[in-house]
Amino acid sequence: MSELTLTVMRLGFLAVLWLFVIVAVQVIRSDLFGTRVTQRGARREAARPQQAARQAAPPQQRGQQGGGRQRRNAPTKLVVSEGTLTGTTVALQGQTITLGRAHDSTIVLDDDYASSRHARIYPDRDGQWIVEDLGSTNGTYLDRTRLTTPTPIPLGAPIRIGKTVIELRK
Amino acid sequence: MSSTTNSPTHHTSTIGAIGAPSRRNTELALLVFAVVIPVFAYANVGLAINDEVPAGLLSYGIGLGLLAGIGHLVVRKFAPYADPLLLPLATLLNGLGLVAIWRLDQSKLLQSLPNYVTAAPRQLLYTALGIAMFVVVLIFLKDHRALQRYTYISMFVALVLLLLPLVPGLGADVFGAKIWIRVPGLGSVQPGEFAKIVLAVFFAGYLMVKRDALALASRRFMGLYLPRGRDLGPILVVWAISILILVFETDLGTSLLFFGMFVIMLYVATERTSWIVFGLLMSAVGAVGVASFEPHIQTRVQAWLDPMREYMLSRNGSNDGILHSEQAMQALWAFGSGGTLGTGWGQGHSELIRFAANSDFILATFGEELGLAGVMAILLIYALIVERGVRTALAARDPFGKLLAVGLSGAFALQVFVVAGGVMGLIPLTGMTMPFLAYGGSSVLANWALIGILMRISDTARRPAPAPAPNPDAEMTQVVRP
Repeated sequence: MSELTLTVMRLGFLAVLWLFVIVAVQVIRSDLFGTRVTQRGARREAARPQQAARQAAPPQQRGQQGGGRQRRNAPTKLVVSEGTLTGTTVALQGQTITLGRAHDSTIVLDDDYASSRHARIYPDRDGQWIVEDLGSTNGTYLDRTRLTTPTPIPLGAPIRIGKTVIELRK
Repeated sequence: MSSTTNSPTHHTSTIGAIGAPSRRNTELALLVFAVVIPVFAYANVGLAINDEVPAGLLSYGIGLGLLAGIGHLVVRKFAPYADPLLLPLATLLNGLGLVAIWRLDQSKLLQSLPNYVTAAPRQLLYTALGIAMFVVVLIFLKDHRALQRYTYISMFVALVLLLLPLVPGLGADVFGAKIWIRVPGLGSVQPGEFAKIVLAVFFAGYLMVKRDALALASRRFMGLYLPRGRDLGPILVVWAISILILVFETDLGTSLLFFGMFVIMLYVATERTSWIVFGLLMSAVGAVGVASFEPHIQTRVQAWLDPMREYMLSRNGSNDGILHSEQAMQALWAFGSGGTLGTGWGQGHSELIRFAANSDFILATFGEELGLAGVMAILLIYALIVERGVRTALAARDPFGKLLAVGLSGAFALQVFVVAGGVMGLIPLTGMTMPFLAYGGSSVLANWALIGILMRISDTARRPAPAPAPNPDAEMTQVVRP
């Protein structure tokens, strides 16, 4: 066997061995899973063919596609400032956030004074964030006023639900 | 898992946890890769040594592929959510080990040694038995928590396994270390390899029950949590047993593995750094103490400090009643002549290590023929197995599974460290085998069983949790009374 062939095989084998290691590491990378965000509503039909490809992409990109025009002074996160969940932040990416004691809420409140489906926060067509009380027992307060209709949320205004206070921040 | 109610706006989306996909197809693809690489290596050895593609190439490739395929199908049926990497990584190491053993079989020098048996066909048989072991573990161990019931029985079994080599007539003294037993009709068995798994079960079960007492009842002194005297009991007992193994079986490796695994699991169970400090101090005291009067250990330490002197003593036929060996120096030379990229399969001279070239010293063959690049890749593959084991422990939901996974992967990591470190001259040599690579039935069988248990734990851990039951008091909201 010629020297050249053996050298090529030697280097080729090392390359293949390392390729295996790299592929294995890639598998580990794709094995880390977080949350899946799926578009619903009017865009559902259009989005379906792309969904599979999108699931791997980071959620920020999807949020902006779904959220439409992002305003300049738009809040980027929701912060819990009082209550048992103090310090929790949720990134605002165009999705609806539900609050309540139900297990499937986005923010599950461990609070005897909150209803199971207490309130929700969602962006309207212009990207303005709206808070809406979902018929809760003890009501949702924006600043000091009890909400009766869906109301736009000013930046930094406290929203009180039971013992929990949340606010939107940039 | 949907979190939103229907909304008239088109911005609505759903947030839900992404359930772990089963990843079986990824495993299959990697497995094909892991079978192709050793077949490539096998062809390469044949071309380099005999100038022709070896005659057994097809049957060898089909054999390894078939074994891996059976393993994969069983995983698909019995552990569909298990980790996708463990099986391919273990298969690759096992396949590469087979090639290296076959390559050493070709050496005229080794064939001329007395007592030398052609090892590759036997190793293929052991691999088949190993995969069978893996399959049996996956089929019959439906839930790893069943092992918890056997905590104290495991302790007893492990002690018996560890002490078996000392039984007169059963134990066999192989070149100084008494870690073998002779089973009529089966050949030699190394019970320590199996004891490693059984012990992990015992430690996990024991620590799960006692960890609170060990972690919380302690006094703080100079930044360390000092455990109470009576809580020191278990670690002292384990330490004493490992010292006894060291003295009576003169086997540094098993003793280190045994004690190291306990300290790792103790640390994971209690989160107290003081246990690691204690463990290191105690093992240092024990090792130095025993080395001061045990001639076999002294020889090993001397061969480590000055391998060249041992080599010369062995060459000159020194007659001071101690078995000198040139292995350590030859292994270092093998690594040295391999350099960065190695000499290529079949073109090195690692057979000069002679005895145990295809078992304890097999890493030297890889060092010489694949060079630093190849050894690093192999060590990374070991590291990936350990990483998957620890990841399994993180994902496991029950404390027993967590501790067992940590213990098994810790023991695996320690074994790789002890053997690789010994062969490379980082620590004194011990008579242990490189998991999966080295020739030896006990080692292959025990390590496949270990991988099987890890896969079972990871299947339980990654299986999507059943949907939560509706909360009975979900609607019982208290009313604020002004």
